[in-house]
Amino acid sequence: MCTGIVESTAISGSGKGPQGWFAVNRANVAYDHPFHAPLEHALTIDFVDESKGPGARVAVELSRDSAERLVEVIRAALARDES
Amino acid sequence: MYETNMYEGMLAETVTVAAPDGVAINAYFARPLGPGPFPGVVLMHHMPAWDEWYKEATRKMAHHGYLAICPDLYHRAGSGAPDDVAAKVRSEGGIADDQVVGDAEACMKLLRSLPYCSGKVGILGSCSGGRHACLAACRTPGWDAIVDLWGGGVVMEEKDLRPKRPVAPIDYSDGLNCPLLGIFGDEDRAPTPDQVAQHEAELKRLGKDYEFHMYAGAGHGFFYHDRPAYRQQQAVEGWAKVFDFLNRQLG
Repeated sequence: MCTGIVESTAISGSGKGPQGWFAVNRANVAYDHPFHAPLEHALTIDFVDESKGPGARVAVELSRDSAERLVEVIRAALARDES
Repeated sequence: MYETNMYEGMLAETVTVAAPDGVAINAYFARPLGPGPFPGVVLMHHMPAWDEWYKEATRKMAHHGYLAICPDLYHRAGSGAPDDVAAKVRSEGGIADDQVVGDAEACMKLLRSLPYCSGKVGILGSCSGGRHACLAACRTPGWDAIVDLWGGGVVMEEKDLRPKRPVAPIDYSDGLNCPLLGIFGDEDRAPTPDQVAQHEAELKRLGKDYEFHMYAGAGHGFFYHDRPAYRQQQAVEGWAKVFDFLNRQLG
């Protein structure tokens, strides 16, 4: 199924692709067919700079469980810095 | 029927197609060598991209005696690795239905213009390509057959309609004027067996020429030998159904 589920947000940071580090300014998050992960659907995160073309992309594809755990550890890491 | 002392030859290469919006889009074209005439098939690639599986499927069609062309529906998004381009299109909410219908028609006309084309042209697509094939076959006259491989989103809820997809393809069914083959898996979540039944009921109500096959133990994308969804027996039987149908309809 093509879910059409996609969310997007502006971000500020850097990503490392095959050509090395580059500035990323957008994160596109989808829950849809993955390209590589052996799953029917995956939570996909594309860190991109769209001004540099489709190749300026750092991609991950995660199982639903993995994505939910990732959200928790991200929040936990940020909370530790604030405490 | 093929026998081992018969000559086989094929040409397969990238070409460009003049789309209705003026853009020359890339397409992968494969044909048997020889004067023909050969029937044609337009292949509508799936969401994961204009990828190697679709290039292989295009050559498979040529191997079976068809002029086959697979347009890069994502051409306008830019160029790069197929999955990078597809990811960009995914982030943009997909491609517009009107654009897809136009691209398909341009390919149909190109095939029919070739001196070695028999004049019969069909359309085949899987996943989002199946949905696109349904749209094209219902909205554009001139198709001689359509194959819908597990196209999700033919039946759509009102909340899922958006500017790029303003009308559910099922609502165009009255315009279908060629035979339709549908291949589905009973473990698919879109289309679900209920949605397939809904589509079938509409085709029946309108008196359309169709045949649907639902495969047990198969989910979305069960022809994809490079994905966990692959189901060997169902895929072999499904491909046989595809070629039996196309051979009957496109002569």
